[in-house]
Amino acid sequence: MSESTGSVRADVTQGAAPHTGEAHTDENIEQHDYDVVVIGAGGAGLRAAIEARLQGKRTAIISKSLFGKAHTVMAEGGCAASMGNANPNDNWQVHYRDTMRGGKFLNNWRMAELHAKEAPDRVWELETYGALFDRLPDGTISQRNFGGHTYPRLAHVGDRTGLELIRTLQQKVVSLQQEDFKATGDYESHIRVFHECTITELFKTRQEGDSTAKIAGCFGYFRDNGRFVRFDAPAIVLATGGVGKSYSVTSNSWEYTGDGHALALRAGATLINMEFLQFHPTGMVWPPSVKGILVTESVRGDGGVLRNSDGKRFMFEYVPDVFKDQYATTEEEGDRWYEDADNNRRPPELLPRDEVARAINSEVKAGRGSPHGGVFLDIASRLKPEQILKRLPSMHHQFKELADVDITKEPMEVGPTCHYVMGGVEVDPDTAMSIVPGLFAAGEVAGGMHGSNRLGGNSLSDLLVFGRRSGLHAAQYVDSLGAAPAIAEADVSAALDRALLPFSTATDGGENPFQVQQELQKTMHELVGIIRKEDEMEMALKKLEDIATRTRTVSVSGHREFNPGWHLALDLRNMLLVSLCVGKAALERQESRGGHTRDDFPVMDSDWRHLLLVCSALGEDNVELTRKEQIAMRPELFDLFELDELKKYYTGEELGGHRADHGSAGEGAS
Amino acid sequence: MSSTTDASTGRAQIAARTLRTDRWWLPPLANAVGLAAWVAYATVRAFMQDYYYVPEYGYLTPFYSPCVSTGCVPEASHFGQILPDVWWLPYAAISLPFLLLFRLTCYYYRKAYYRAFWLSPPACAVAEPHKKYSGETRFPLIMQNLHRYFFYIAGLITLINLYDAIEAFFKPGGGFGLGLGNIILLVNVVLLFAYTLSCHSCRSGVGGRINHFSRHPVRYKMWTFVTKLNTRHMQFAWATLASLAITDFYIMAVSAGWITDLRIVG
Amino acid sequence: MAESTSHLHHFKVWRGDDEKGEIVDYPVEVNEGEVVLDIIHRLQATEANDLAVRWNCKAGKCGSCSAEINGRPSLMCMTRMNTFADDEPVTVTPLRTFPVIRDLVTDVSFNYTKAREIPSFEPPKDLAPGEYRMQQVDVERSQEFRKCIECFLCQNTCHVVRDHEENKENFAGPRYLMRIAELDMHPLDAADRQLDAQDEHGLGMCNITKCCTEVCPEHIKITDNALIPMKERVVDRKYDPLVWLGSKIFKRSGA
Repeated sequence: MSESTGSVRADVTQGAAPHTGEAHTDENIEQHDYDVVVIGAGGAGLRAAIEARLQGKRTAIISKSLFGKAHTVMAEGGCAASMGNANPNDNWQVHYRDTMRGGKFLNNWRMAELHAKEAPDRVWELETYGALFDRLPDGTISQRNFGGHTYPRLAHVGDRTGLELIRTLQQKVVSLQQEDFKATGDYESHIRVFHECTITELFKTRQEGDSTAKIAGCFGYFRDNGRFVRFDAPAIVLATGGVGKSYSVTSNSWEYTGDGHALALRAGATLINMEFLQFHPTGMVWPPSVKGILVTESVRGDGGVLRNSDGKRFMFEYVPDVFKDQYATTEEEGDRWYEDADNNRRPPELLPRDEVARAINSEVKAGRGSPHGGVFLDIASRLKPEQILKRLPSMHHQFKELADVDITKEPMEVGPTCHYVMGGVEVDPDTAMSIVPGLFAAGEVAGGMHGSNRLGGNSLSDLLVFGRRSGLHAAQYVDSLGAAPAIAEADVSAALDRALLPFSTATDGGENPFQVQQELQKTMHELVGIIRKEDEMEMALKKLEDIATRTRTVSVSGHREFNPGWHLALDLRNMLLVSLCVGKAALERQESRGGHTRDDFPVMDSDWRHLLLVCSALGEDNVELTRKEQIAMRPELFDLFELDELKKYYTGEELGGHRADHGSAGEGAS
Repeated sequence: MSSTTDASTGRAQIAARTLRTDRWWLPPLANAVGLAAWVAYATVRAFMQDYYYVPEYGYLTPFYSPCVSTGCVPEASHFGQILPDVWWLPYAAISLPFLLLFRLTCYYYRKAYYRAFWLSPPACAVAEPHKKYSGETRFPLIMQNLHRYFFYIAGLITLINLYDAIEAFFKPGGGFGLGLGNIILLVNVVLLFAYTLSCHSCRSGVGGRINHFSRHPVRYKMWTFVTKLNTRHMQFAWATLASLAITDFYIMAVSAGWITDLRIVG
Repeated sequence: MAESTSHLHHFKVWRGDDEKGEIVDYPVEVNEGEVVLDIIHRLQATEANDLAVRWNCKAGKCGSCSAEINGRPSLMCMTRMNTFADDEPVTVTPLRTFPVIRDLVTDVSFNYTKAREIPSFEPPKDLAPGEYRMQQVDVERSQEFRKCIECFLCQNTCHVVRDHEENKENFAGPRYLMRIAELDMHPLDAADRQLDAQDEHGLGMCNITKCCTEVCPEHIKITDNALIPMKERVVDRKYDPLVWLGSKIFKRSGA
């Protein structure tokens, strides 16, 4: 593999190798040769590509949409990093503890450790790329409070931190291209963005003897003109984000079809923690144009109440026994809390997210929902218009501009919305490499870091820390390889055939992919949604079997230039595979933890904490589930927690190694 | 034909020069009519060489300030008489050209007349009729960059207008006087200051050009103040056109004896 | 909440590619609360399966679904149907300044080319990561410009290139002139950008007719806060002997 920039292989655009005997011999496949190919141009992908290029590797960035439009822009809150600007007591140990607690100790502790340690450097680095975070009076980066974080920790720019992040990384890529232009006369000599390009298949070397099959490249098509393209590359970084589009209500964009998850599975890699999905209880359900978009929790914090179609504040019916002492039992008491929090108990609208989501779910299922399948979130009758405008300006703006709903006059319709997938590709925490040599994953598509539940603000820092690590280790991996792995031409033909299948006569009479997608989303939303039951999930898996058959035969018509039906037909199989993982893992895990809530197993069970559910593919449309033991936490990290806290999560025998057992007082834990 | 409707560039082939369905032509038309009417009025008045001063109350119209022609009535010439009295030379020929240039190079008026008169463009997303366009990169339009000099001079002239307005409180015959004319003159001067200070060049000069506001707290305050005014620069531009015309017309009417000044004191 | 109602609306959508195209009439169902992009998606799911449209977040945050609606450059996801009368036809056409690929999708590579021509942020040499100190008042101006979602509506509307294809080579467009202003106002940027703004990137082509500001969905005051201040900074350097002289004297005394 080339180390110096002088000996890089040139891009070649040529007809594909002859596919003798194939029906598509006239199909020209554009071919490119890179050291590292990064699939996904969100925060993680761009950071990975920047790092690979800094390591001297010729790097391709592949983006499903235009460069700079990634879903990362939707992140509002901020980027968690224990810089200690706002509170000097903050440090990586505190951040680490918060992250592990948030994930209910199911996190890959090594990832959480690396994340907490490296996040500040990753944020500071962004400033050298030109990022402009909000400032504190001493000139350092301002940090804000967020749920689950002990100290103000989130670096932010108003409520558009994700946009700042993506733009900064995008501009860093451009700046590297400018450097390359000065050196070589070609902006794209070392880092090139292929936008509006979808990857449909990863290629591996054929297994020979006892050598394991390694990544050799990938195959895809350009969305705008439908041309096919193959990338010959020894290292591929997946940074494709999440899977929200498998649900009918999601805050995720169309791109979130689980491409990376599915590509990894089909290439022989494994997924973990797929049962853990974060649902936000209050997403917009109406009007349709904004279905799924988040309604911030502060609406409830500032007095907003949830009502059903009878106008009843139903949350009082849903206070679980364990919370009975902390929450008001009458509307009068709840209302008094806003003025006098010390002498009254808080209203039940402020129960934890999963409780609120569960209640909304039950009301809707009992037929007391709003006209569009949610419940009413009413702030208009609770605060004066001028108070609403003062306290919730961005919410007022969001509803006014996007929905023409004046929240000072009418209630909002809200319901749970699929927000984030904690599960993803099982990777080595230090190198971000999956079990397939040469295949790396970072960001939302990688699993483990967040355990069963992600803290707000930890996603932006996650993608910076592990984006960089994946790029770095992809480069090192390339250096360690001998000969470049070769793609088997037969695999290219097969990938081409599969991509064209929806157009072929084999699918004549098949369905419109939009219909199948709707059915899949409905199945997942209703049966493997926020609250899960065994019988419902079994039904879902049956339905998915049927959907699998239909997915294989969806048919599309027309040309290949920007044909949305065709794009969906190919994305659909990714959504299916991911949904199968979610469904099977959710059925298997018989407890409730973080982003996985079982109606039939409503409590957290320590015997499940150390178990990971690992998915691997069985062909194109089935998956297999295996159990795997978590590796025990390193002692000095374990000792950062008090024994009393650990007892809530760990089984008795797992607690043996704690410092309290050795009689030493220890330090660091608070 | 502009590139918008040109098929050779790979653009979507749409023959219409615009598909806007609203009355996009109304604002440029209104601007053209308004500006033309004002210029016509101002031209007539500048060359009229009469009815510019009310001797009883000391009202001097801004169109004739400073009145520096030998043709001026001596009481109106606060700053001497240095220009010859010829019919083609306005009595305030020393200030009027600069005021004209200040407004001609003003960032707001530029927008207004480029759209209204030059149709470049007539409205957003409406194709302009010109074949070539080089913006403000060549003579004469590159001279627009001299705006700040005309701003400096306009600032001085506004001070003279202020002087005129204050002077008018002291009747030439002696004693304090206050009439509707005084109020009009004063309002006009306040608006002139608002327009002049809200100028984009002023905004850049007082602080906009520095990158570290935090190291220059006073300039930052000034910049903040001018920035607030600047958001209303367009409104002030039109308000001063109106107030100038009204002030001038009022003084002309009183001076010509068409009306009598409404007196409050004296 | 009002009863939801639906009606049949007359849509006119430009269909075609870089060779030919026409405006096609579609009667299409419109429900309460929908935006133009919803209607385009309905067409896609029903009678025009292959209608090409670029979109992404549907929340006005990504800037992908730029088009011209009744001739006005807009984001389709931010244009509500209730801003039109029920019997008012809605015409949707692709951006007219960029080459069309198909239907409503245009080739916006012009913008990416221009982005690359603007020299990037130049970090101060004497500061390591973590040592940057900036005051909020010093970063606020540039922060406004960084709200840009790169929808390219300003680039599309600006008559300098919209009406004059030949100017594309020498004119960066409002978005990237604003980028220069953003960096020029950055308290720690070490590069000199003012002369290049005029000489290389075509700031002088701008005649401040403000259409960029009018169409900006983020309501960034592009003209007043970026382009005009930048023009004034150029005047400082190129057309103002007083400031030039002052800087010379200041430099000399400072040396």
